[in-house]
Amino acid sequence: MYQYDVLDRTIVAERVSQFRDQTARRLAGELAEDEFRPLRLMNGLYLQLHAYMLRVAIPYGTLSSGQMRALAGIARRFDKGYGHFTTRQNIQYNWVKLEEAPDILAALAEAGMHAIQTSGNCIRNTTTDQFAGAAADELEDPRPWCELIRQWSTFHPEFSYLPRKFKIAVSGAAHDRAAVAVHDIGLHLVRSGEGNVGFRVLVGGGLGRTPRLARAIRDFLPKRDLLAYLEAIMRVYNLHGRRDNIFKARIKILVDSLGTEEFARQVEGEFRAMHEFGYAPETSPAEIARITAQFADPVHKRAEAGGETLDRQRAENPDFDRWVRTNVAAHKRAGQAIVTVSLKPVGGPPGDASAEQMDAIAELADRYSFGEIRTTHAQNLVLPHVREADLFAIWQALGRHGLATANLGLVSDIICCPGLDYCNLANTRSIPVAQRISERFADAGRQAEIGPLAIKMSGCINACGHHHVGDIGLLGVDKKDGGEGYQMTLGGRADEDGALGAIIGRAFSSDEVVDAVETVVGTYVANRRDGEDFTATYRRIGAAPFKESLYAADQG
Amino acid sequence: MPLIRDNDLVAQDPWVRVDDGAALPEDGTPVIVSLGRWRAERETLDGRNGRLGVVLKAGDDAAELAGDLERLSLVALEFPKFSDGRAFSTARLLRGRYRFRGELRAVGNVMRDQLLFMHRCGFDAYEVARDDALEAWTGALSDFSAWYQTAADDRRTAAQQRGECAAPPLSQSRARIRANAAAASAPPAPAVSCCAGDWAY
Repeated sequence: MYQYDVLDRTIVAERVSQFRDQTARRLAGELAEDEFRPLRLMNGLYLQLHAYMLRVAIPYGTLSSGQMRALAGIARRFDKGYGHFTTRQNIQYNWVKLEEAPDILAALAEAGMHAIQTSGNCIRNTTTDQFAGAAADELEDPRPWCELIRQWSTFHPEFSYLPRKFKIAVSGAAHDRAAVAVHDIGLHLVRSGEGNVGFRVLVGGGLGRTPRLARAIRDFLPKRDLLAYLEAIMRVYNLHGRRDNIFKARIKILVDSLGTEEFARQVEGEFRAMHEFGYAPETSPAEIARITAQFADPVHKRAEAGGETLDRQRAENPDFDRWVRTNVAAHKRAGQAIVTVSLKPVGGPPGDASAEQMDAIAELADRYSFGEIRTTHAQNLVLPHVREADLFAIWQALGRHGLATANLGLVSDIICCPGLDYCNLANTRSIPVAQRISERFADAGRQAEIGPLAIKMSGCINACGHHHVGDIGLLGVDKKDGGEGYQMTLGGRADEDGALGAIIGRAFSSDEVVDAVETVVGTYVANRRDGEDFTATYRRIGAAPFKESLYAADQG
Repeated sequence: MPLIRDNDLVAQDPWVRVDDGAALPEDGTPVIVSLGRWRAERETLDGRNGRLGVVLKAGDDAAELAGDLERLSLVALEFPKFSDGRAFSTARLLRGRYRFRGELRAVGNVMRDQLLFMHRCGFDAYEVARDDALEAWTGALSDFSAWYQTAADDRRTAAQQRGECAAPPLSQSRARIRANAAAASAPPAPAVSCCAGDWAY
């Protein structure tokens, strides 16, 4: 894992002092709220419905056990004893007091963390594959590049006042777990025809009210050109992105209006000029080597395949067997495994973890996973490097803390935004609906029978819950009668086979929505052929059968 | 309007901003005109016996001045509001792509919390609408002492400092970092050396 050196520590510490001074000026009345607002937003501090919310960056979703303990400490000392893991691999505290915010930032800095650029119209936290460095299907570990981008984008003097927020994701694996196609810039590590590794560059993806899949503008970018190429993209966007309408200000709209080819032409032109006139930023091989060396590959001295013991444990414990099937993924090393810890217990708010749970996971990470933890954009946690032989002990320990839910990727592993319970943008509540859906499908056997299925829910058009790319997407809307409504989309997905879901029909009321989800699931299960996933069935039979079963009563 | 240039308050700004349609001064007073007026009255302006500057609004394209920059002593870039960051990129283009070496002045809504970024992007003059303009400037430039990106200034980046630390013996590289810090044009913020502490903690 990356360790701050004295320069990194200096930059973060100076940011804390700067914000402490700004907060003091605000509390003393020297700064008006409208002057303070952009300053606090760039430190991740939002004013929500009931209190301030602080969004803490977890760069590319990688945490040490010590950092997790620091997050638990903050939850105890400054919040109500829990935190909420988000779809951007970050963590949010929902009950923060303004006067304590600088102390929280100082506590974060102690642990080598910050809340820099977790909000505002700047380059946000770079996200990646939660299995980076561990996945069996990986070409190269994307995290050194993510760290390079974190440093490059932190307080970038040119790109801190963009038309709108800006999100970058990097994937290094064949299967795209980082959803790069729904980011402003998506980078995919690929091998060229000559055998070199570089990046495929996508731009203009995103969700929100104008969902778009990103479009490729470079099939192969050499590694040494990464920062220069990113700056060329950012410069074209910063100069030409719309600033007259907040809803048309994302880079996807600029790419739409120029066309992908013209946008690419402008980027390539700027990229060439940078080199011709000598103002291209260098992607320093020495610096990337220094960073890469810190993501050394942890190897257990005596990695043991589970073998017969694991087989017996699974045979004797059907619950453990189910958990292994759903929550354990293949590691690139024989005898090691990747464990995903579900933060989606039946009836619980998706993504929430108590301070006690955070401490427990830190403890398990120290004992079994080289002190390393990941957060996922599906709002779960990962122990990336465990021995197969330790799986049973880990499962038992997780169970003692309510963390052994065996539902990863299943119908109750719902992605969900905070919704109207916290957020002042939301039209509707999200969490209670997610809780009701997970209660409806509580039976683990039934979930296993249904198989992998992604339900994603957003409380408003801003799409923090990624509803466009769920097998079943739910979007909170205001109904004409003033009640809360949920519009359903079907057939979306966010990986390399990306697609945006299509609206199926009229929105459902809060009373109807859980039944509607169950109807869609039933229709899928009844129609699927030998092992088809939802996408395959939906693409084969189309929307009509779903429409019929959902709206049969409307016809009568 | 208080003007900061070369790290100091300028007592008397020699430049006069002449609105479109207003008469040009008869004498050699240096004038700043809009891009539109420069295009329309280039010959008249060229024939004047005085220095010339052009102000670009946030949406104006720096490329339109590319061929004229040798004749201009000043380019002013307007910041219409705090959240509009286009002029940061225009500044980078003027300094980098078009090699402009004259005065690059920030005008309009020039906020204290953006001065450091402006300086990094190549500005060297700032119209700061506050009584404590010099204090604001000095404070803004000392908020940070280490930087991650290369930009239009000559501050050593973290990566460059690390590179220097990694190669030569400690004492030599320290001396070089001190020399670099001393040579930097900014007010002498204490440069942080990555050699000063251990790398991992």
